[in-house]
Amino acid sequence: MEPPAEHVHWLFATGFLLLGLCLLAEAVVGTEVWRRRAWRAYLWPGLAFALGVLMWPVMTFFTNSTLHMLAHGAWAEVLMAAGAVELALVRGKIRSPWWGLTMAAAFVVSGTAFLVHEQNAWFFQRSSFLHHLLGWTLLIAAVVPLARCVRPRSQIVATCFALTFIVGAVFLYCDRDVAPVFGHISPLAGPPHR
Amino acid sequence: MNAELVSELEAPRHRTARARFITALGPLTALAGAIWAIVQPYRITLLHPHGQGFWWLFVEPPLLVIAVGLFFYFAIVPGVLEDMEEAGGTSR
Repeated sequence: MEPPAEHVHWLFATGFLLLGLCLLAEAVVGTEVWRRRAWRAYLWPGLAFALGVLMWPVMTFFTNSTLHMLAHGAWAEVLMAAGAVELALVRGKIRSPWWGLTMAAAFVVSGTAFLVHEQNAWFFQRSSFLHHLLGWTLLIAAVVPLARCVRPRSQIVATCFALTFIVGAVFLYCDRDVAPVFGHISPLAGPPHR
Repeated sequence: MNAELVSELEAPRHRTARARFITALGPLTALAGAIWAIVQPYRITLLHPHGQGFWWLFVEPPLLVIAVGLFFYFAIVPGVLEDMEEAGGTSR
């Protein structure tokens, strides 16, 4: 009854897409307007924290090697930590914008985990390609939460931050368990899906 | 005096552009999902449900994208627009 791995990726993509849209809306209307309603203020940190929590069952039920397990465990930890810090920032328990470094760390750890746990080359098959792409995207995009620490009120930085999640969602939606990428698929990958 | 008039004229237009953008986000997302469904109809297993398991029928990526767009439009946008109006009103 467990969903195939690609379905889990698509469900996480849905969460990230909603997260991205909310962050984009916040970037456009401004944080003050966005936080006028408490549920909206807690939506993004809460979703980030929930995605971290949901990563634990993924680690438990969907990892087929030690490397996979460690990568998903690391994701769960950093996502929960980053979500918790954002929750504390919204609540006013902590105030320094430098706490946003936790999110930058989450990006770096997530990107590294993507790259480390993908053992195949870029064009082995589609999921390999997407793991490499997501890994490098997250590593490069770690600059954005870093910039948020320096310029917490910048609309451009906030927009880039939101777009990172939307791009991540698009990549995750493209994932298939076994499928060609740009016409390439290794014969070792197995029979491809459509 | 002139500067005051200009700011009064420009501020509502600025807010309207933002409001339009926010309002368009959900429908555009849903449209993207609909286009995806048309381009890759085989990604919607509900169209050919015979022999499909639970997860293949439950998780339909293009429909999920449409659902996110609609949820954002109907559940999140109205409150944001109201608050934008109020913030505009109080800032005047």
